[in-house]
Amino acid sequence: MSVTDSRDVPEADRLGGLLAPAGPPRRAGALAATATFGWRAMLKIKHEPKQLVDVVAIPVVFTVLFTYVFGGALGGTPGEYLRTLLPGTLVMGVVSCTMYGGARLAQDVTTGVFDRFRALPVWRGALVLGGLLGDAGRYLIAASISVALGVAIGYRPDGGVPGVVAGVALVIAFGLALSWLWAAVALLVRDPATVMSLGLAVLMPPTFASNIFVQPRTMPGWLRAFVEVNPISHVADAARGLMNGTGGAAPVAWSLAATAAITLVFAPVALHLYARRA
Amino acid sequence: MSKNGDGLAVEAHGLVKVYGDTRALDGIDLAVRRGQVFGFLGPNGAGKTTTIQILATLVRPDGGTARVLGFDVLHGRREIRSRVAVTGQFASLDDDLTGYENLVVFGRLRGLSRAASRRRADELLTAFDLTGSAGRPVRGYSGGMRRRLDIGASLIVTPDLLFLDEPTTGMDPRSQIQVWELVRRIAAAGTTVLLTTQYLEEADRLADRIAVVDHGRIAAEGTSAQLKAQVGAGTLHEVFFALTGDPAGADRAEAAS
Repeated sequence: MSVTDSRDVPEADRLGGLLAPAGPPRRAGALAATATFGWRAMLKIKHEPKQLVDVVAIPVVFTVLFTYVFGGALGGTPGEYLRTLLPGTLVMGVVSCTMYGGARLAQDVTTGVFDRFRALPVWRGALVLGGLLGDAGRYLIAASISVALGVAIGYRPDGGVPGVVAGVALVIAFGLALSWLWAAVALLVRDPATVMSLGLAVLMPPTFASNIFVQPRTMPGWLRAFVEVNPISHVADAARGLMNGTGGAAPVAWSLAATAAITLVFAPVALHLYARRA
Repeated sequence: MSKNGDGLAVEAHGLVKVYGDTRALDGIDLAVRRGQVFGFLGPNGAGKTTTIQILATLVRPDGGTARVLGFDVLHGRREIRSRVAVTGQFASLDDDLTGYENLVVFGRLRGLSRAASRRRADELLTAFDLTGSAGRPVRGYSGGMRRRLDIGASLIVTPDLLFLDEPTTGMDPRSQIQVWELVRRIAAAGTTVLLTTQYLEEADRLADRIAVVDHGRIAAEGTSAQLKAQVGAGTLHEVFFALTGDPAGADRAEAAS
């Protein structure tokens, strides 16, 4: 039988030299493993660009719609309104895609490739942290599209490049805090579709009940109270201040505090849930 | 071969694993010598995959002890993980990534440098005749291509011990023969192979020793010839039927051969 077998199997002959003894086992360090999982997350974005449709569509649709339809009424002129709106839709664009990383993680832990990752001698947090690197890439894409679109339709950030960079960095940091939240949710429900629908249901109300589109002056008292404590409002205010070069330190401080608080609560929860499975 | 001399690659005593009301493993004893191809033969649900998951440190046993390459499965996980590779039914590839990217990712996670993992990916893709599909997502691969890549991913760093969980299940005969020949080459190069299979012919052709497992227990263990002699039967099919009372298993084996 071996005669027939070998004739059929050219690759077996080429295998010989590849199976040299490996020598003492090597291990990927925690950083290298995390970077590798981050690269993998970026590859997945590259291979499935359709997952970027939402990431692109939300800031584009809301920026254009609100600027031209409501801008005149809300802000005097569309150009004036854009100064308020654009940093807000930037926040919205990033916040509304924070559950994608969680959905990815839910998919990872329920498929066979996860067992293969677990069977490797690498630091177990690397998959989760690497996923967050991928999230950061996704947020950067969403933010860049918002800013580029804004500039194309007449937004002039008085904060200049440093202001825009600082604003975008702040928004991405807040997005990463929410990434931890969705990572924890993903490890609890372990179903990508559930993470996505929970994401929409949970993120949509506070995104609109914020100061992204209108200042809360005309809202009923209870809603105004919510809008004023809503971290999304603080992040939007901070981004406006930094990008327009008008801001004080208070909104930035509140945003960083909210970012830190959400991270400090949900990162340990997510890592704990993950460690139970890994 | 290493500090354990010509010792055992796998040594298990009384492994027990309980899932709810089911005793998936009900006292498994195993001794696999280094350099052997060891066949773990049994019908679906016999406990083959659970045993491999325990030996690969992916699942903790509820009872019993096991040492792999001289390291305890509970206390030597890192040591074991850096020396074994797992491939098969439950441990698989990343469907969204290309074949090349899969290999590079696993190379990096095995501790190879960026350049070394790229070089290794190219070598393996060439050796496994997958260069033409290297740039396509694995989702579109045929079963045979997938399994070749899967085995390739386990050889990025040549393991001391390779677990192959049902390597040819669902394959056409030609792909099956390819995988068999690969397993022989891997074993000839010095890697111990523990493979599970539902196919008697596969165990008969590849394995130096065979354990027949049924209902979480080892029903019989020995060389193919010993097993046949033990039951006084002429073919391994009859041995299997005598030991497990599973005509379905025998049917599957017929279908496979």
